[in-house]
Amino acid sequence: MNNDKLIIGGHEFNSRFILGSGKYSMKLIEAAVKDAGAEIITLAVRRANTKEQESILDYIPEGITLLPNTSGARNAEEAVRIARLARELGCGDFVKIEIMRDSKYLLPDNQETIKATDILANEGFVVMPYMYPDLNVARDLVNAGASSVMPLASPIGSNKGLATKEFIQILIDEIDLPIIVDAGIGRPSQACEAMEMGAAAIMANTALATAGDLPMMTSAFKNAIEAGRKAYLAGLGRVLTRGASASDPLTGFLRD
Amino acid sequence: MVKINGEELNVAGKTIAEYLATTNYDPKRIAVERNGDIVFKSQYGETLLQDGDSVEVVSFVGGG
Repeated sequence: MNNDKLIIGGHEFNSRFILGSGKYSMKLIEAAVKDAGAEIITLAVRRANTKEQESILDYIPEGITLLPNTSGARNAEEAVRIARLARELGCGDFVKIEIMRDSKYLLPDNQETIKATDILANEGFVVMPYMYPDLNVARDLVNAGASSVMPLASPIGSNKGLATKEFIQILIDEIDLPIIVDAGIGRPSQACEAMEMGAAAIMANTALATAGDLPMMTSAFKNAIEAGRKAYLAGLGRVLTRGASASDPLTGFLRD
Repeated sequence: MVKINGEELNVAGKTIAEYLATTNYDPKRIAVERNGDIVFKSQYGETLLQDGDSVEVVSFVGGG
């Protein structure tokens, strides 16, 4: 397990838990980094506020990889502008492409996401596109130069779990890049299930931020992700289509 | 007038460095875009704001 690294765009990570920081507090970041070992935290880019002197960067320890997203972008052009601004903010070359035209369900626009991936990968970004799980789109993202693919499990912030399970499994089976399940994971069991399926990592925010005891839930997610990863590496036991198969010897006991 | 983060300001003729000096922005934690193109930090002193320019000054916030 010690050599089991998550590799994204040539960068190695030990943790397979990515923290979204939309709903953030010192407590969440501390729990995620110190207790759950998160090494990647997402950020958004917004118009700077001259009155607000506090910055989320004050809360994030050294050595954490920052993953700026392009939230707020409605098309590829806006996503590219946001990504370039994020890089100019001086925290590395990673970018999570997030393009949404719809504010009710916040579903990603796959076609614009492919365009933005192509442009940004050519500019040297480590591109991690958030997408609606579709094999053809995932293949286009690979060809466009993506470093991972981030399919949604269910709508952002819904905590509804693996609604797109079958389609994420297809991506895991067919796409030769880390598949990172992003959005909608609400419980540790769902994170564990996605990892058992072969997902490379889990991104979560709302599931932690809205939990009763935030540090305890963060720790539960850490354990679930690690358990799921181990189960995947171990190889799951087979499932019988019908009947039963004794796990104990049935012969030679209390009978001739 | 120059539109900065959506607000019309009377700063045409100033450089970006001169404009930023009149604000409370933390220069280490912002990025500047002028008319859709990044203005690198090294260019703040020589980039003149012109009438009709549209400027964005951004920073990181929490986000998924």
